[in-house]
Amino acid sequence: MSSARTTPDPAMTDIRRAVDAAWRIDGARVVATLTRYTGDLGEAEDLAQEALAEALENWGETGIPANPGAWLTNVAKRRAIDAWRRREKLTERYRLLANELEEGADDVWQPIPDDVLRLVFTACHPVLAREAQLALTLRVVGSLTTEQIARLFLVPVATVQQRIVRAKKTLKAASVPFELPEPREWPERLGAVLGVVYLMFTEGYAATSGERWMRPELADEALRLARMLAALLPREAEVHGLVALLELQRSRFAARTDASGAPVLLTDQDRRRWDRAQIARGRAALERCDALGRGRGPYALQAAIAECHAVAVSVETTDWERIVVLYEALGRIAPSPVVELNRAVAVAMATGPATALAIVDKLSSEGALRGSHLLPSVRGELLARLGRTEEARSELTTAASLAANEREREVLRAKAAAL
Amino acid sequence: MKYMLIMRNTDDAAIKQYEQTDFEQVINAMGAYNESMIEAGVLVAGEGLTDAKEGFVVDFGGETPVVTDGPYGETHELFNGFWMIEVSSREEAAEWARRAPLGAGSKLEVRRVTDESDFADYADNEFVQKEKGWREQEAARVERSHDA
Repeated sequence: MSSARTTPDPAMTDIRRAVDAAWRIDGARVVATLTRYTGDLGEAEDLAQEALAEALENWGETGIPANPGAWLTNVAKRRAIDAWRRREKLTERYRLLANELEEGADDVWQPIPDDVLRLVFTACHPVLAREAQLALTLRVVGSLTTEQIARLFLVPVATVQQRIVRAKKTLKAASVPFELPEPREWPERLGAVLGVVYLMFTEGYAATSGERWMRPELADEALRLARMLAALLPREAEVHGLVALLELQRSRFAARTDASGAPVLLTDQDRRRWDRAQIARGRAALERCDALGRGRGPYALQAAIAECHAVAVSVETTDWERIVVLYEALGRIAPSPVVELNRAVAVAMATGPATALAIVDKLSSEGALRGSHLLPSVRGELLARLGRTEEARSELTTAASLAANEREREVLRAKAAAL
Repeated sequence: MKYMLIMRNTDDAAIKQYEQTDFEQVINAMGAYNESMIEAGVLVAGEGLTDAKEGFVVDFGGETPVVTDGPYGETHELFNGFWMIEVSSREEAAEWARRAPLGAGSKLEVRRVTDESDFADYADNEFVQKEKGWREQEAARVERSHDA
């Protein structure tokens, strides 16, 4: 599973890996600091990349500096001043920067606490398309290289490059300020940020395309970002809800595929392989969410559902009635056909397939989830349990033809064949 | 991948001196370090251990395990606490370790925590296979009881 992550890339030198490691730790704060100075995220990012190139040249000889973030920030600031000098734009910003550089030593660096948060909100700004938000967030907040992002999303490096360049241009064109959202915008803007992280995780949890069903590296990046957000926004209940959800979902990864990489459904998973420490972290995050006393939002409710599974020793002993209630609540505050379909699955377990089939048929008659494999695969399962084998087989075959992920398609085909 | 950073004493004299520094300073430095790892989203666990004198050792060298009170072996073998971090590379683990606010007389041992991939070769293990058999039997039993 992690062989792709543990095997070092032979083309990558030791110093390159050391620079990348330091960048991963300090990158977001460096870019945030530089954005504050330049007033433009795109320019800040370019300067940071120049500083990184200089680190690659120097650190091999000098060793890694005591405070890599301070070193990179100062080098980038000097580059900024050089550029401004060349353009003869001796602005107020320039003078400020030059003064600070004279005063500051290379190992002293005090980033402004909220700047990383400003960076997060800028990278997830609504003027950007979803794909651009994802790429830019991974690049400037997650501090990943373009190559790493391309590998995570299974797209060419040039595509990621393009997305990032366009995103930077869009931010500049829209004059997006490097600021936290206004209070009235806050819920919506925070929702967009959480949405980006959630989408990132979902793509790692059940990849919509490609040969592998899961991409744990992508899910781990999302989880890291979610934990960062929880540290930045400890008073936001839904952030803890999101962390809880991701921790609890991630805890099942080891059991979600067999030795050949084929998906193993919840019913068949070896629950001893669930990561107990991770489950405990997820439950603790849900407790932190509840402790804020604001009630549970959509992420916290999904986390609560995941918790029901996490604490059950088997499918039979799972508290399905509680899961049905949680899905009902979720359906009310965040109605969606997928939630309704999941509620149907829970109803099937709590009361039986006939009641569940009625829910699914209603969705189907409304034309919901058309073109997705989800509806026919659930319908097929329910029909099979009701003994309507012919119809079940037909539904599962339809589902297989609609699934974009190869591994998932195989499972659906096998199910249809086994009837 | 997860790494464990294990704190070790290596020099008693240096540690004694370190203990004379303001304890509040030590707490602040440790707190800031922990906070930086929480803010980076990498810290998954961490604990400090009480004095080794309070501990005991179970030795499996003989026919039956023997319990002995007190610390084991030499000072340099003692460990005092650990952090568990989730990172993307060995180098990232090293960079975090480098930043720990430890003084002279201390060492950090950095070890990768095993994950599923380390046991991939044991999928055919007898015990694992046995478990599979039990599960299949159980599934068949449940099915029969449903039919009944």
